[in-house]
Amino acid sequence: MESWRSTPRVFWAVFSAPSFWLVAFFLIPLSLIWAYSFGEKTGIIDIAVTGTLDNYIRAFEPVYLQIFTKSLWIATLSTLICLAVGLPVALTIVYAPPKAKPWLLLLVILPFWTNLLIRTYALIAVLRTRGYVNFGLEWLYDQASWLFQIVGLGGLGAAILGERFEPVEILYNNGAVLIGLVYVHLPFMVLPLYAALERLDRSYLEASLDLGAGQFQTFWRVIVPLAMPGIVSGLIITFIPTLGSFLTPDLLGGPDSTMIANIIERQFKSANDWPFGSALSFMLMYLTFGALALRAFLGRGRSSGLEA
Amino acid sequence: MIAAYRRWKRLHPAGPLDYTRKWPMQLTLAATFIFLYAPILILILFSFNDSRRNIVWRGFTTKYYEKALGNESLIEAFVNSLTIAFVSTIVSTILGAMVAILLWRFRFPGKAGYEGGMALPIVIPEICLGVAMLAFFARIGWPTDLPWPLNLGNIIIAHISFSFPFAAVVIRARLAGFNRELEEAARDLGASEWETYRDVVLPYLKPGLVAGALLAFTLSLDDFVITFFTSGPDTVTFPVKVYSMVRFSVTPEVNAASTVLIVITLFLTAIAMRVQNRSAKRD
Repeated sequence: MESWRSTPRVFWAVFSAPSFWLVAFFLIPLSLIWAYSFGEKTGIIDIAVTGTLDNYIRAFEPVYLQIFTKSLWIATLSTLICLAVGLPVALTIVYAPPKAKPWLLLLVILPFWTNLLIRTYALIAVLRTRGYVNFGLEWLYDQASWLFQIVGLGGLGAAILGERFEPVEILYNNGAVLIGLVYVHLPFMVLPLYAALERLDRSYLEASLDLGAGQFQTFWRVIVPLAMPGIVSGLIITFIPTLGSFLTPDLLGGPDSTMIANIIERQFKSANDWPFGSALSFMLMYLTFGALALRAFLGRGRSSGLEA
Repeated sequence: MIAAYRRWKRLHPAGPLDYTRKWPMQLTLAATFIFLYAPILILILFSFNDSRRNIVWRGFTTKYYEKALGNESLIEAFVNSLTIAFVSTIVSTILGAMVAILLWRFRFPGKAGYEGGMALPIVIPEICLGVAMLAFFARIGWPTDLPWPLNLGNIIIAHISFSFPFAAVVIRARLAGFNRELEEAARDLGASEWETYRDVVLPYLKPGLVAGALLAFTLSLDDFVITFFTSGPDTVTFPVKVYSMVRFSVTPEVNAASTVLIVITLFLTAIAMRVQNRSAKRD
């Protein structure tokens, strides 16, 4: 690494273009909505930046506060489900035979490269009332009632299973949003967990098992504490995109599954209240930065703890 | 066959850490992969199903692919998406390489802050960038009646803004393994600054550039949220088109069109992995 002064011409050559782009087409647009968030509408498309805090105060009205808490809750829950699924998956892959390992890892990463919209759409086709999950359940129902019929207990079968097959409503509710968020964000969790577990010295695990701890005890008292930095970054890397997701609640959710991104979209499209939408965007951004700061903070505490 | 497997198993007992040979872990792994892949595989399979209601298998057909190909607005959206991704990839890779070289080579005041700024487009929620771009282009009065492909300009700009920091990360990772003595040797042997970059650094960087470019391409091709806020009625991209189709209903045409896009992305991913593997072997 050298000081920029030693070859200023090269420095400016590689510095100018990306910096210009970042400022002109990223920071200025963000500053613009930051300014709008302190403004008010004066016409259909006119916004006057007056320095008012009304938009932020409005965001704390019960209606919006409830959407914020609900989004945080859904994001937290789906992140925890991702952890519960991702941890055993990552652990299995780390200790898989060397030949199988890259393939298993590839299977986890591959959905990453598939279009988010297409994956959400695929989920709709599977979960809807006339979808494959219900189709499978109906088949099971038919088999079960047929079984009851041949053993001559048709009446009992109808009493237990119901007269007719009733499709389960899986789509367009909060449960569907949860399934969708886990479906989309699982790779975000598995990869940091894999990276953390891969670095873990396997002799610790062997020692624990040799000295009489069972698999469960080893898991809770050796693997989890040692992998904690990876678990924390996995949690936060998964939490951030989950909290800001727009497509999943929009396509899979019902009327009461609105998340923050959906009300932001509404302010900028149908409701046409850009100042309020800008304020909501910045609140979402502050939550994101909060999560990142938490990660940095926990990460620092963890590494200094190990050194001590 | 089974007997041979049993014998192999007796000779190679599962170690305590061979989780892939323990049934609860096998079950978890299998369930996870079914969860991740079943919807996509069903989508692909039923794009070939000869039935509109697409619940029961009624025989193989490619008529929905023909239908999707005959759908002019779908094709137009597809061409738009590819054009945007192509231009955005070129610019993003160049900007990304510049950032990578800058951060790898130089010390300068405020570098930590600069790195943080470059990471911002990666971390901020898509929806925030989307609405910011909408507000920005409305504010500067970006003309909406330009002829094709200039009317895609605002979408391309938005895509570059979120793609080039990703490309920079990938390219910088490759650069980190570069042996700077090679550069010094080139300079000692009389190469100019520019010649050193052209003949020594760039050839080494090539796999990183390819990987960065493919990442930028996929990011651009996949993006829905940011494009949703920057596209107009005449500048519909493929994901935006699929979104409006999905809102109405689940149809085999959408299945067919989605399958085509999945195949394209898989193909690009395969190329990216081959390039990376080859370069890893060579090093």
